[in-house]
Amino acid sequence: MGKTLYEKVLEIHTVAKLPSGHLQLFVGTQLLHEVTSPQAFAMIRERDLKVLYPSRNFATADHIIPTTSYQRPFADTVAEEMMQALEKNTADFRIRFFDLEKEEGGIVHVIGPEQGITQPGMTITCGDSHTSTHGAFGAIAFGIGTSQIRDVLATQTLSMEPLKVRQVRIEGKLNPGVYAKDVILFVINKLGVKGGVGYAYEFAGSTIEAMNMEERMTICNMAIEAGARVGYVNPDQKTYDYLKGKPYAPKDKDWDKAVSFYESVRTDPDARFDDTVVFQASSIEPMVTWGITPGQSVAVTGNIPLAASVPPGEQKLFKEALEYMSFTEGTPILGTPVDVAFIGSCTNGRLSDLEAAAEIVRGHQVKKGMLALVVPGSQKIKRQAEQMGLHTIFKEAGFEWREAGCSLCLAMNPDQLKGKQISASSSNRNFKGRQGSPTGRTLLMSPAMVACASIYGVVSDVRELIQERKK
Amino acid sequence: MLMKIDKIIGSAIPLKGNDIDTDRIIPARFLKCVVFDGLGHHVFEDDRREEKSRGSVHPFDHPEYKKGTILVVNNNFGCGSSREHAPQALKRFGIKAIIGESFAEIFFGNCLALGVPCLRVGEKEAALIQTMIEEKPSEQYTVDISDLTLKKGKDVICPLFMQGTVQEQFLSGTWDVTGILLENQSLIKQVASRLPYLNWA
Repeated sequence: MGKTLYEKVLEIHTVAKLPSGHLQLFVGTQLLHEVTSPQAFAMIRERDLKVLYPSRNFATADHIIPTTSYQRPFADTVAEEMMQALEKNTADFRIRFFDLEKEEGGIVHVIGPEQGITQPGMTITCGDSHTSTHGAFGAIAFGIGTSQIRDVLATQTLSMEPLKVRQVRIEGKLNPGVYAKDVILFVINKLGVKGGVGYAYEFAGSTIEAMNMEERMTICNMAIEAGARVGYVNPDQKTYDYLKGKPYAPKDKDWDKAVSFYESVRTDPDARFDDTVVFQASSIEPMVTWGITPGQSVAVTGNIPLAASVPPGEQKLFKEALEYMSFTEGTPILGTPVDVAFIGSCTNGRLSDLEAAAEIVRGHQVKKGMLALVVPGSQKIKRQAEQMGLHTIFKEAGFEWREAGCSLCLAMNPDQLKGKQISASSSNRNFKGRQGSPTGRTLLMSPAMVACASIYGVVSDVRELIQERKK
Repeated sequence: MLMKIDKIIGSAIPLKGNDIDTDRIIPARFLKCVVFDGLGHHVFEDDRREEKSRGSVHPFDHPEYKKGTILVVNNNFGCGSSREHAPQALKRFGIKAIIGESFAEIFFGNCLALGVPCLRVGEKEAALIQTMIEEKPSEQYTVDISDLTLKKGKDVICPLFMQGTVQEQFLSGTWDVTGILLENQSLIKQVASRLPYLNWA
């Protein structure tokens, strides 16, 4: 009987079976950021422990970073304090810090792949639930809590219970105007936000295979929104082509050995999954969330569901969502006015996302009165986009072109919604208050759809604009 | 590298009162922090200020209790929220063991995870110990986890109570997951040496 990639990677990283029945798992790479790491470092100091493998830990600052200017000290004194803590911790424990001042910073889940730190067959942890992003490379990557960060710092291992594996297969060709974000929003809608609890999701099928690495990252990024701590795609030639030549990628004579290792961890053809689901790409349309969980979404041409169509167990959440959003059941999502457009985040802040959005925006103007932001996922992406002239397209249209960071995705920095503002957002969570205002509202969609909404000031079908352009 | 805890030796602090909750131990406004380190300064901050305004001295401000490592409390200590900040604050103040009539369950668990044993005594014993401390604050006591007694020098003052499995976790050091993981250091190195990608890095 063959094995899944998940089983193989777990197997080679298992240190011991603990008395509790959990596995002690070796963590190939730990990624650190300023919000969840300081207490972990404090615990290390307090216990007089060492960081066992400093070279297997990498840090960056992203959550609290102001995106208007990196000028230090930050105006927010707590943000400045957190930044200094990370600088001190990484210096004291000899951990590589990707510095904003050296123009190598960015969102932790963007720079891991960008630097070639993220590799197939690796285990990766970070004190952030969107760590699943790195699964796009065939790594087993997942978010952990502060006490586990401490454990990984001290031992490069953690205690964990193995997951089951569900293969989520998407087959066929995506229609124009349908992006990776729509695919994952569709999957979350079908399988539910708790559907993946206890599972790792293996994303497979011809649709996924046809995707580039950045699209695969968007898919795996939101596995956690489907309840799955781990999401991954089997590595293939696209993975190797992306990785080759990156600063931390294996070099020279090691490269061939690396590729055969990567090939060896791919899921075997006769592997058994705990569950398998199949979706057809052709049935996926541009998606928009209307509620307060990433599962509450509809196709852009669809209506907000009727209460009568909602299962009994979800009635309470349904009513709560309608009330919070001030929406009416059974009404079209198309035409919903939006106040803010946000393009960025670890889900959709990569170069191809900015390209897709710029392609829509080109030659148009942001609707008067709207705030429209582009926040690149990393400083490198920002520079690349500028070399391509994307920043000019955005700025001429009326977008603000910002420095890299997490920004309005979770509003831990000054980028925040005000009052009941509605944001068309390329980010990953539409939870109540997520974008900084306790009453702020978030509609998740693809970067192209956000761009489209920014032009018309309402939720619009990006396919129409694409058609228009072809004429 | 397991941190075995079999004895806590030091002077003690009497803190009288039932149902002292986590918000009193560390007021909520101190939760926004980069490190737990500073919490020790703010432990019981509001209670201490209140005592001061009334012209009296809270035990945590009492100069003679300043070096105390053994906290002696009464009933249902640590009730309220599940936040780890409360035991963190006590630990950072310097508390290494707590003796009391009873403890809130989550608080007890959080203390265990931090390596701070909470030991139970009867109502009479709690009062007796608190009086002894007040009479001679500089007195050194020993909380002996191995035979579950409180001692003054070699004299046993009273027995202490703790569940056998918890006692075992302190004595063996397995209260600390990090410790358990660290025990396997040679196995960790073995796995590291056979992981191909570590050799290319």
